[in-house]
Amino acid sequence: MSHALAHGNEHEAHGPEQGKGVIGFIKRWLFTTNHKDIGTLYLWLAMFSFFVAGGMALVIRAELFQPGHRFVDPNFFNQMTTMHGLIMLFGVVMPAFTGMANWQIPMMIGAPDMALPRLNNWSFWILPFAFALLGSTLFQSGGGPNFGWTMYAPLSTKFAPPSTDFMIFAIHMMGISSIMGSINIIATILNMRAPGMTLMKMPVFVWSWLVTAFLLIAIMPVLAGAVTMMLADRHFGTSFFEAAGGGDPILFQHIFWFFGHPEVYVLVLPAFGVISEVIPTFSRKPIFGYHFMVYAIISIAVLSFIVWVHHMFTTGVPLGAELFFMYTTMLIAVPTGIKVFNWVATMFKGAMTFETPMLFAVAFVFLFTIGGFTGLMLALVPADYQYQDTYFVVGHFHYVLVPGVIFSLMAATYYWLPKWTGHMYNECLGKWHFWLSVISVNIAFFPMHFLGLAGMPRRIPDYALQFTNFNMISSIGAFIFGFSQLLFLYNVVATVRKGKKVDGRVWEGSHGLEWTLSSPPPYHSFVTPPDIL
Amino acid sequence: MLNKFNLCKMTVLLSALLSAPLALAATDNWQMNMYKGVTPLSKEIYDLHMIAMAICGVIGVIVFGVMFYSLFHHRKSKGYQAATFHMNTRLEIMWTIIPFLILIGLAFPATKVLMRMEDSTDADVTIKVVGYQWKWQYQYLDQGISFFSNLATPYSQIQNRQPKGPWYLLEVDKPLVLPINKKIRFIVTSNDVIHSWWVPELGVKRDAIPGFMHEAWARIDTAGTYRGQCAELCGINHGFMPIVVQAVSEEEFAVWVSQQQQVVDIYAASKVGAPTPKTMTRAELMHMGKEKYNALCSACHQVNGKGIPPLYPALKNSSVAVGNPISRHITMILNGVPGSAMQPYKDQLSDEEIAAITTYERNAWGNNTDDEIQPGEVATVRQNEIQSPTIVKKAQAGGFR
Repeated sequence: MSHALAHGNEHEAHGPEQGKGVIGFIKRWLFTTNHKDIGTLYLWLAMFSFFVAGGMALVIRAELFQPGHRFVDPNFFNQMTTMHGLIMLFGVVMPAFTGMANWQIPMMIGAPDMALPRLNNWSFWILPFAFALLGSTLFQSGGGPNFGWTMYAPLSTKFAPPSTDFMIFAIHMMGISSIMGSINIIATILNMRAPGMTLMKMPVFVWSWLVTAFLLIAIMPVLAGAVTMMLADRHFGTSFFEAAGGGDPILFQHIFWFFGHPEVYVLVLPAFGVISEVIPTFSRKPIFGYHFMVYAIISIAVLSFIVWVHHMFTTGVPLGAELFFMYTTMLIAVPTGIKVFNWVATMFKGAMTFETPMLFAVAFVFLFTIGGFTGLMLALVPADYQYQDTYFVVGHFHYVLVPGVIFSLMAATYYWLPKWTGHMYNECLGKWHFWLSVISVNIAFFPMHFLGLAGMPRRIPDYALQFTNFNMISSIGAFIFGFSQLLFLYNVVATVRKGKKVDGRVWEGSHGLEWTLSSPPPYHSFVTPPDIL
Repeated sequence: MLNKFNLCKMTVLLSALLSAPLALAATDNWQMNMYKGVTPLSKEIYDLHMIAMAICGVIGVIVFGVMFYSLFHHRKSKGYQAATFHMNTRLEIMWTIIPFLILIGLAFPATKVLMRMEDSTDADVTIKVVGYQWKWQYQYLDQGISFFSNLATPYSQIQNRQPKGPWYLLEVDKPLVLPINKKIRFIVTSNDVIHSWWVPELGVKRDAIPGFMHEAWARIDTAGTYRGQCAELCGINHGFMPIVVQAVSEEEFAVWVSQQQQVVDIYAASKVGAPTPKTMTRAELMHMGKEKYNALCSACHQVNGKGIPPLYPALKNSSVAVGNPISRHITMILNGVPGSAMQPYKDQLSDEEIAAITTYERNAWGNNTDDEIQPGEVATVRQNEIQSPTIVKKAQAGGFR
């Protein structure tokens, strides 16, 4: 025991020694197999990508500020929409949550580290190379992918620039990384729990990641298959997606959305997990209906596999299919509703305080639910004929992804950062960040619903005069939102460097194993398994 | 709700004032809701949309009401002591079943409308809509009329060199004319990539899938002009292929049909021989060529002729545009390159237009060939292309297949 403790303290601040200077620094991070180090790498990658893809969003909004050709030509505009989508999904949300999982899961289940540390190292270090490949497409002749992140064939096959092949290979690498990360998470959760930590005693965040990891293992190979078929259509003379050769362009959409819809829940289930940790802490009351929360996560995951056609109602799928997928899609509202009701019931009769994580969590419940409402409206096939491919859809999914998923990431960062660094973040700056974000996010995305209903299609670089007003408002909101994230960056960097020291518990209302450790936690989280009450 | 609405308008008004030179369009610049439209389907869709929104509104008020009540009252700063309850199975079952019942209630009208939408039988008029990069072709299958409908907004307006017209990006050179009070069936397909034919006020949106045809229908009850746009990302000029539908009375429709040029049997026509082509001056050719080039060709080959290689080759100094024979250049425009964005233009452009574009391309951006192509030369190339298909009997085509 004492030996183990000494060992832990030795490496507390800087991890294993790998020599001095720049080489030592590179080796230390390149070869690390420690769950916290890898978690940190994931989180910084996500932070970097967040500003890159956010910058692309601002290019889009700048072009759309006024009608007419302003800053970028339509081809570059299309590259921006494509890359913004791909990087935000694969480069921001997924790595950020994987980073959270790396940091938190071993600490929350009472394990010393992840089950497969070397695999963990590899699954991270594939990513920078994948994104270098993807980013390089923008500088290649013919430009980067310009067919939207959904890459519908045949626009992405015969009509696409040569750099598409680089994108395909980058997606293959991201898929491998996700699959390995998921295997690691499942192995950790199923094998490394402290004695007495039964599945139904696990924190909801761990549950949400267990389910998410299974989703990822099921869908990433499907995406890999879809892009491989694209590659074959482009170069090997096959006709998977070409009617002239006996294929079908709609086949691509079926395969893509069979990946794509569960992917939506890959992004949002860990967010549910985070919110289910934050709200009880700051309500000083245990989570309401723990069992139902877990069942809801599982049923959302199962349902997510049988709703994909709701992305393609206007493609001419037969009536029977439209009806089936409308009903299943509506059904998802039930478990999602259960989650929202339970969060509200957790807050009800709590003793709430509103530190920055709680503010983001409350905004999540409110604004994510609005995204859920528009989602329910989109499920109704006849109405979907008017919503499909308009800014209404853009408004809908940005509501679930920005004030939804991104806010939950903010909440999680503010919530766990004191634990990770041992320093308290700047609460005043955190509140500024929250209020600027929550106001501007609504200015940016709410008018999009109006634009869509009034008839503005998505992914257009220029628009009719009647759409000018709401586009201007939206652009203004987007720029405020974008620049207020610099406060977040500053706050995180400042907290990592120095700040008020915190004790292990950090928050008054916090429960769970991670808070029994010191802040920052020892290098090998739990060297001896903790006692579970 | 009303206050929020006004507040929203006010903030927006302030920012709109900053952009004074905006021309006022005839439409509602503050439209926030869906079009009610002019067909039975669009009205039913609108009603369904309103019902769904109302239900969401009611649920939202209840859930957020409880939430905001706790946010205000159950605070530690007010000395509120946290309760300890953390489950209630009866409550959980209740809030599983009630939303489920609401959803069933919502599914009924949705199913009913959907089944009507999918029933395009007994149509009076059938229109085949074909999507092209980046224009629409309309074929009146019973009337024998076929034409292309291109964006009519001048290039200089898009480049902000001219004030924008009221129907900026929503105007076409030749609208789709439809009779009112008739059931119109649309058969939608595409020539290249996936497009989507959408006119909000008709309540019709149908993806145009290359190689497949899908149906939609509308019965317009009010005469007027209805505008829409392509709704599926289809490449560079996706935002520049509007749809304009002109709904007219039955009599006006009949008159319009009688004025249209019928589709000609090119095989029969080629035997008769073409009418004498007209001669154009160099200035005429260059002027028309530049105009047409900027409208149709510049999306890919760019205004400066440099293209976006390797996908869209440069015309400046290209072997096709400066080399000989000139007929190779003309053939390229007439027939396109199969399987690429370069589509055949023989059905879309007249001999004069192709002659003008060819002349322009051979003399613009430093392509100083000094060539001058007359419509007659295009007609000659076109004539040589036409070969009547040979009818092959099944037995002859047989063999081991």
